Amino acid sequence: MRVPLSWLREYVDLPATETGRDVQAKLVAVGLEVETVERTGAGLKGPLVVGQVLTIEELEGFKKPIRFCTVDVGDANGTGEPQEIVCGARNFSVGDKVVVVLPGAVLPGDFAISARKTYGKTSHGMICSTDELGMGDDGTHGIIVLPPEYEPGTDAIELLELVDEILDIAVTPDRGYCLSMRGVAREAAIAYGLPLRDPALLDVPAPNAFGHPVRVSDPIGCSRFTARTVTGLRPEARSPIWLQRRLQKAGMRPISLAVDVTNYVMLELGQPLHAYDRTRVEGPIGVRRAQQGEKLTTLDGTKRVLDAEDLVITDDRGPIGLAGVMGGADTEIADAATEDAGTTEVVIEAAHFDAISIARTARRHKLSSEASKRFERGVDPQAAAAAAQRTVDLLVLLAGGTAEAGVTEISAPSAPRTIAMPADHPDKVAGVSYGRETVVRRLQEVGCDVYGQDELIVTVPSWRPDLAAPNDLAEEVIRLEGYENLPSTLPTPPSGRGLTERQRLHRRVGRALAGAGYVEALSYPFIGEAALDRLGLEKGDARRRTVTLVNPLSDEEPSLRTTLLPGLLAALRRNEGRGSHDLALFETGLVFRPTGEETKAVRLPVDRRPTEEEIAALDAALPRQPRRAAVVLAGAREQAGWWGKGRPADWADSVEAARTIAREAGVEVIVRADRHAPWHPGRCAALYVTVNGQEVLFGHAGELHPRVVKDLHLPERTCAAEVELDVLEQAVDGALQAPRISTFPVATQDVALVVGTDVPADAVEKALREGAGPLLESLRLFDVFTGEQIGEGNKSLAYALRFRAADRTLTVEEATEARDSAVALAAERTGAVLRGA
Amino acid sequence: MSAPNKSYDPVEVEALKPEEIERMRDEAFAAFAAAGDLDALAQAKTAHTGGTSPLSLANREIGALPPQAKAEAGKRVGQARGAVSKALAARQAELEAERDARVLVEEAVDVTLPYDRTPAGARHPLTTLMERVADVFVAMGYEIAEGPEVEAEWFNFDALNFVPDHPARQMQDTFFVQGADGAKSDESGVVLRTHTSPVQARSLLSRKPPVYVVCPGRVYRTDELDATHTPVFHQIELLAVDEGLTMADLKGTLDHMVQALFGPDMKTRLRPNFFPFTEPSAEMDMVCYVCRGESVGNPDRPCRTCGSEGWIELGGCGMVNPKVLTACGVDPEKYSGFAFGFGIERMLMFRHNVEDMRDMVEGDVRFTRPFGMEI
Repeated sequence: MRVPLSWLREYVDLPATETGRDVQAKLVAVGLEVETVERTGAGLKGPLVVGQVLTIEELEGFKKPIRFCTVDVGDANGTGEPQEIVCGARNFSVGDKVVVVLPGAVLPGDFAISARKTYGKTSHGMICSTDELGMGDDGTHGIIVLPPEYEPGTDAIELLELVDEILDIAVTPDRGYCLSMRGVAREAAIAYGLPLRDPALLDVPAPNAFGHPVRVSDPIGCSRFTARTVTGLRPEARSPIWLQRRLQKAGMRPISLAVDVTNYVMLELGQPLHAYDRTRVEGPIGVRRAQQGEKLTTLDGTKRVLDAEDLVITDDRGPIGLAGVMGGADTEIADAATEDAGTTEVVIEAAHFDAISIARTARRHKLSSEASKRFERGVDPQAAAAAAQRTVDLLVLLAGGTAEAGVTEISAPSAPRTIAMPADHPDKVAGVSYGRETVVRRLQEVGCDVYGQDELIVTVPSWRPDLAAPNDLAEEVIRLEGYENLPSTLPTPPSGRGLTERQRLHRRVGRALAGAGYVEALSYPFIGEAALDRLGLEKGDARRRTVTLVNPLSDEEPSLRTTLLPGLLAALRRNEGRGSHDLALFETGLVFRPTGEETKAVRLPVDRRPTEEEIAALDAALPRQPRRAAVVLAGAREQAGWWGKGRPADWADSVEAARTIAREAGVEVIVRADRHAPWHPGRCAALYVTVNGQEVLFGHAGELHPRVVKDLHLPERTCAAEVELDVLEQAVDGALQAPRISTFPVATQDVALVVGTDVPADAVEKALREGAGPLLESLRLFDVFTGEQIGEGNKSLAYALRFRAADRTLTVEEATEARDSAVALAAERTGAVLRGA
Repeated sequence: MSAPNKSYDPVEVEALKPEEIERMRDEAFAAFAAAGDLDALAQAKTAHTGGTSPLSLANREIGALPPQAKAEAGKRVGQARGAVSKALAARQAELEAERDARVLVEEAVDVTLPYDRTPAGARHPLTTLMERVADVFVAMGYEIAEGPEVEAEWFNFDALNFVPDHPARQMQDTFFVQGADGAKSDESGVVLRTHTSPVQARSLLSRKPPVYVVCPGRVYRTDELDATHTPVFHQIELLAVDEGLTMADLKGTLDHMVQALFGPDMKTRLRPNFFPFTEPSAEMDMVCYVCRGESVGNPDRPCRTCGSEGWIELGGCGMVNPKVLTACGVDPEKYSGFAFGFGIERMLMFRHNVEDMRDMVEGDVRFTRPFGMEI
């Protein structure tokens, strides 16, 4: 809502010295979000006067038509002689009244005016357009042609109300009444402790049976309908300058007198109005729900197919307007300036429509109008008659019309809302002792009637549908007493338990990965089919079952991620493209895995706690949303430098990342070869953890499939791991048992075993450990060797075994015996042969 | 070499004469002193203390002496040998020290060489800032609560007093989820949560009052990504429900938070506003921690952080609407509560002077790496 300060002063006698910024601060303090204060005409300096065009000489021989004019500017130029002015515009004639800026003046934007030579003549000033004066759009884009009644030489700065301040207020949905001058003025009056001149306090004639017939067949959708008729309008009558200026400053474009007046009254009182050309309305005006599929062309020229829930205004032919949203083209007011016959008779509608119905219609037709914006937020139903009267008055005054005696008023019975509230309730909400007197006074200021002592009975004003409960009233008191005056106290929560194990684990995983050189990226979860195709996922892959959005930002990416990899790989590619080549990234976050069994989420009531079954039913409508962690790597894992060679990132790094994650949970990872998209079929590890004695798949790691690397334009040999942290959490197995440390000397034995290349090292290691028995303290694979010496299809695995006993120094014989039995079991299980044996 | 002198007849042994012994000792001294390095000293050691060294040989002669001469000769030789070995040790220490000094100089390196063998990783500043904010409240006794990102509309809106078709519901541009039937309608009753507030409702349903929780997390709105908007962002939400909580408690909690995060003399300001799930509601601002309000009306010292407003807008807050308590099974006659929430992106932007939202969402390592592990 744009509020010109000059207009606001009409209703509240603000101190003359108050600037827009001052008023802004006051209004902000009582809860109006005044976003900006715009100063129009800032820096403007006269002389800027009314002039009358005396002569026009068309200058020839220039690229565009140029006029050399003489203009009567009265005594404004000090001589009374005609002023010679060159002008490029053409929308004026001899005798027209225009706005002239004379040498010595300064226009907005620091534009100093002086006599200057142009097109072979000397121009002593300028004939002005709205743009040059910072007046906003009047639809003409030419120079201003004034109504004829102004004398040449009259000061145009005042005439056009050029110097003003405009408060731009973002009105919250609960404060519909502040979408009007009346509402903002009320707040300003309270903020300044000044009386309000309420523009809705008008004498209105009693309804009678002679008004334009109206049939409301849906009194819930339309609780009130006032119709008034004005005849004998002068079709050529234009809106006066003051009215046009107020509309412009409020951000609306002057159109025609009848339309301007309805807009003006809407801005003033908050009541949307509609003016119908009576000669174009056939029969009684009706209000009803539309028939499904009925059609209506609205004023914006759009042909709309109506829904059975839409509330429409009708005449004998059918719908002539979308009630409370937009009128229809058929009954539009005709403008004499652009059409053959101007409107001379109007029926004025001031109605009150149901907020929800209007909201739905506006949303359904994607049509938000000044009217629908107000109805959605609640319009004062008691202001309809006054608004109609005000419109009639202005049309009579400005267009020479005659108000017909007929007054139609249909209204559903309604009673004002009352709220019972303990007088100390605001005190309890605020933590401040205001006292009953203050509470009552503040509530009266906002328009409430208040009775009672300890228990107040509060009748809320018709323009405040948002006041419905004691806390709403408490807010009124507290905001007017000043939020800035609230004390600052600290409550004492019960002793907390800190983070949960799960929360601690999530933090540790992030730290561990960052400690291992990975940089966290947080990518958007939006994906499309194409992303899953590029990962090479099979048709039936579970990751292809996605949660899909009704209204995605991009039709290419309508779904939610089922894996972290697309987003993370995109981040990798982006970094690569920006010149970072040695990359290790990680992300933790939710993936969305619908089962296809999701039910529809019902709308539960809100007047009671839902039952456990109802909550469970809501949760059953949601997809599974496990938390995952993923890493991607490319380029060098270790840089080359003065210390020696670097090392490219490889599959083993990605597996190690998964181990790093699991280590934070104290959980060991079981690694098995696997084939799983998007990984390289020969370089893909399936990762398992043990949950309650069962091996559970925890994720995958390895090098990406070369085709995926190519399709995604990734660096060669890009590697990745993705694991499910929710699985890891289940694998956590109580507190770690501290190891017993033996202080006896260690006995070391190395063995090199030759096995087939297809034997997994893991199997050999397992057999060695088991075979070595309890004396084995640790075992480490320190070399893998292939070559002629050990034969085609074989590999040699070299292990260092360390033996130690808890209670004695081992003899060489004991250590050797343990080693031999380790080798024997490895031989039995994996066909391992002791190298050199 | 003389044979042991078995007879009593004393024999003069040349080698054991005092002047001989002195000479042998002095020769050893000289040899040690002449040894220029440890290898030379090792040779001198063999020559002068080894089994065939003059003093060792002399020592053996002692046995040949008559008993009355043995003691004196033994003493003489022993003293000489002692002096020689002491001199050897001294020289040894001296040469070792010399060698060490030389070697350590030779082993000197350029310690200014750069080392970026394994570049450091980092956590995202949004993650760490969110943790840091949460920890302020965890230290006060609050617990961290979490909830799903794909959420039932009832939790995201209805339970929070967002009435269907109320304009407030349209204020938050919502992503709607298709139903399992794949129908392109927004009637599945499921949305991407538009704020972390549904966790409030979930917390009230899963806990008994008093409830003191903070809810950090990711939220979604249908804004296109640009310098100041992102469709996916992070919020942190606080909810306290207890007997007798007041707006003054809300104010105090906010003041405490900004002091913990921005310094001891920070404070907040509340301005009336509207949110369906709080009543009364407020917008919360904090004093600009950069200019401390000194840029206001002071064109010579403009402040980029607050736009010379003196205050930085943080987010929304208020007293939990009794309707929310009712919908979550908490008796509003007995309990009251307060809540607030704000965007982490915004706080990161003004706290660390981030100029473009896109820097936070693109995952560029050059942006994230300097933030390290904690913020």
